[in-house]
Amino acid sequence: MNTDAPFAPWEDESATPLIAFSNVTKQYGTFTAIDEVDLKIYPKEFFALLGPSGCGKTTLMRMLGGFETVTEGRITIDGVDMDGIPPNKRAVNMMFQSYALFPHLTVAQNLAFGLKRSDMPKSEIDGRVEEMLRLVQLKKFASRKPHQMSGGQRQRVALARALAKAPKLLLLDEPLGALDKKLRQETQFELMDIQEKTGTTFVIVTHDQEEAMTVASRIAVMDHGKLKQIDTPDRIYEAPNSVYVADFIGDVNIIEGQVTKAEGDAAELSWGEGKPAIRGMAGAGLRAATSGAFVVRPEKVAIFSEEPMDRHNRLNGTVEDIAYLGNMSTYYVRLENGALIKSQVANNRRIARRAITWGDRVWLSWTDTAGIVLAS
Amino acid sequence: MRKPSWFNVVSLTLGFAFLYIPIVILVIFSFNESKLVSVWGGFSTKWYGELMQNEAFLDAAWVTLKVGVISSTIATVLGTMAAFVLVRAGRFRGRTLFSGMIYAPLVMPEVITGLSLLLLFIAVGMDRGVTTIVLAHATFSMCYVSVVVSSRMATFDESLEEAALDLGCTPWDAFKSVTLPIIAPAVASGWLLAFTLSLDDLVIASFTAGPSATTLPIKIYSSVRLGVSPEINALSTLIIGLVTIGVLVASVTSKRAIQKQKRDELLAEH
Amino acid sequence: MNIARRLLITVPYAWLVALFLVPFLIVLKISLSDYAISIPPYAPTLELEEGWSGFRDFWVGLDFENFVFLSEDSLYIKAYWSSLKIALLATFLTLLIGFPFAYAIANAPQEWRPSLLLLIILPFWTSFLIRIYALIGIISNEGFLNQFLIWTGITSEPLVIMNTNTAVYIGIVYTYLPFMVLPIYSTLEKLDGSLLEAAQDLGCTRTSAFWSVTIHLAKPGIIAGCFLVFIPALGEFVIPSLLGGSHTLMIGKVLWEEFFSNRDWPLASAVAVILLLVLIIPIILFQRNEQKQREQNK
Repeated sequence: MNTDAPFAPWEDESATPLIAFSNVTKQYGTFTAIDEVDLKIYPKEFFALLGPSGCGKTTLMRMLGGFETVTEGRITIDGVDMDGIPPNKRAVNMMFQSYALFPHLTVAQNLAFGLKRSDMPKSEIDGRVEEMLRLVQLKKFASRKPHQMSGGQRQRVALARALAKAPKLLLLDEPLGALDKKLRQETQFELMDIQEKTGTTFVIVTHDQEEAMTVASRIAVMDHGKLKQIDTPDRIYEAPNSVYVADFIGDVNIIEGQVTKAEGDAAELSWGEGKPAIRGMAGAGLRAATSGAFVVRPEKVAIFSEEPMDRHNRLNGTVEDIAYLGNMSTYYVRLENGALIKSQVANNRRIARRAITWGDRVWLSWTDTAGIVLAS
Repeated sequence: MRKPSWFNVVSLTLGFAFLYIPIVILVIFSFNESKLVSVWGGFSTKWYGELMQNEAFLDAAWVTLKVGVISSTIATVLGTMAAFVLVRAGRFRGRTLFSGMIYAPLVMPEVITGLSLLLLFIAVGMDRGVTTIVLAHATFSMCYVSVVVSSRMATFDESLEEAALDLGCTPWDAFKSVTLPIIAPAVASGWLLAFTLSLDDLVIASFTAGPSATTLPIKIYSSVRLGVSPEINALSTLIIGLVTIGVLVASVTSKRAIQKQKRDELLAEH
Repeated sequence: MNIARRLLITVPYAWLVALFLVPFLIVLKISLSDYAISIPPYAPTLELEEGWSGFRDFWVGLDFENFVFLSEDSLYIKAYWSSLKIALLATFLTLLIGFPFAYAIANAPQEWRPSLLLLIILPFWTSFLIRIYALIGIISNEGFLNQFLIWTGITSEPLVIMNTNTAVYIGIVYTYLPFMVLPIYSTLEKLDGSLLEAAQDLGCTRTSAFWSVTIHLAKPGIIAGCFLVFIPALGEFVIPSLLGGSHTLMIGKVLWEEFFSNRDWPLASAVAVILLLVLIIPIILFQRNEQKQREQNK
């Protein structure tokens, strides 16, 4: 992706999507798992479906694989309606959460399993298997059985097996869920690397927001079968369109109140008797004189021992707790109205030099563009 | 996958029909008025009455019951000990032979077990009767008991016993108050298994029984060889009924216990 | 503690030695003895009162005559072969019926499965002999099956099943079906559904996924089930004796008759020894299969 323009086909009106969900609903009896979803995913995207367990993200992905039927609506892949097409007839492959490696077959046989059932000539299969083994750096392990490998190695076999048939679309169901944290971070970069090398469209399902933020070109945040927001990771973080998304992604302070002003980008929220209104950016579709919430990330909240007279947003409170995290500290400040606000400060200096401690009266402050006012 | 396919439904229906139709028909014909077992002559319970008058059957039933209770109790004690040896005793001289002797009777044809025990009893000059049948049954059932109990003990957390010792129990005390209550269900099902094996056994009992003691299976076998008789149907129905009630009660109780445990865990979480 | 441990080992050990190992050695010894019209009906017997010479006479008296006789008399060889054949074919038939049965239970809705399993196990708890007796009521000439067939007009003459080898096959399948179903069920139940989805995802149809994944993964259960049916079927006595005809040759029945009717104890013992030798191979194979499965489960 070393072109001049950044990779953003979703902003291009003329781009054709690879996948299109139109008005898709899925019901199990009276339970609605997927609720009128509209979604376009473009070629070469690394698209993440993010949400808590039971939000419908896995169901949405399994519909692409052909393992779930659609109750209402339509799914097309590459312009073809997928209704009634079984999994084995789709140019889509899936990497299963459990990896689903065949225990009775060796690594090489696992990789060849799908190829043998494609129209690839027999003579080319070995070459392709070799190529995939090289891609995931497992050449030495070709003749091992799955149970003779570590979790990380198995994960790579599963990835290679799903990629072997060069699918148009690869589905990854919590691909890193079974790995420990350190390995997971390494593997995230490997996944991105492989995605870029092969040029395959990836759709990943995850409940881990850090993972989604790291790997994805766009993220869809889901809740109760609905898509709450579809956006790039930075937009999801910086400009959440709802309190739900703001709260789900990362750490956040939420102050509830009345929207007193919503003009263009700027908005104000009054939150307490006799307190000056908080200034922030206006969220999508915000209107004055409604109830709303101001959200701001802890790392954007500065902490002072004396009142910073040069800033508009400044709140007074008492330090209740300090969490020392090594590279940073989080101060938990109790406001007069009882709300608890977190302020995260990078520890540039040694701990002994820090001026603020438990029980201190402090001032919290942020710039006028640091937070966002959302309709609630 | 989740929807029952027609193939699965057909398999289940045919399978269970095959297993149960003969038994159901046997039960129905035990209430047949007619002496002919295959022709329905109206409902009657007279064969049950005749069965109750038949001294030979009653004697055999008494012997069978006695043998069953005594042999399965011995088998349970010995089998539980053997399970401890298998799981806990560690290494000792002759361990391989020991575990071989535990597992071999499970696969040994009954005719060989019966024959070898009979030859032993003759060699030592023991008169064949209730005692010899009890010894024979206790020997092969103890192997089943030890398999059942040792598989439960393999999942038993040894640190529980260590905790008991740490809290001041003597080894015997620890066994009595910690180990035994935990393995008790396995011991009980071992006893039940031993008991049914004893009730069911024809071949070994035939070899080891003497003229003074005949068990019910021997009696049934010899009368079945002469042909089908409604009295045997009645007897079989009684046995099937008792076993079915026993198994159902056992499974419902254990299911209840599991459900109760789950419910308690759920309550504890909230 | 040490005394307790010793006692714990000694009691069951001594019991098994006295009532399993020693009897078996006696069988071995008698199989090498000769038939004699005496009580007990074999010679030589060990005369301990005569000391060393008694022991020597005893030792010299042992020979392989019975085994030579067994290998020369075609009746016994035929009996071994026919037992093998009947046990093998019956095992295969049980598999043919048991697999779909186990598969259907494993794929039944979760909440049904315990009840279905209970229904499989229940006949196993009721008496073996009674089940065979119940079968007689079905397959005998005037049995329920023939009445049904004649009533529907499929046949006019009763089918002769009773007292044939066919009846023996039916009897083995009927009584040993739970032994086949349970181990197969337990492997199928553990089967990870995502493996089948993965196979379909990689291009298999449902049927080909079944053959290339399900069957392979159910193999340990299939093997265990086959041994659990084959091993007891080989030495079976009750089924051939009650359901089979006079020409049904099975080694368990031969042994029984040799012992009870002909009272030739040495020969019966020799038959037992050979039966055991025939069984050792499948038993060892079975143990290996179990061991392998245990290791894989770890």
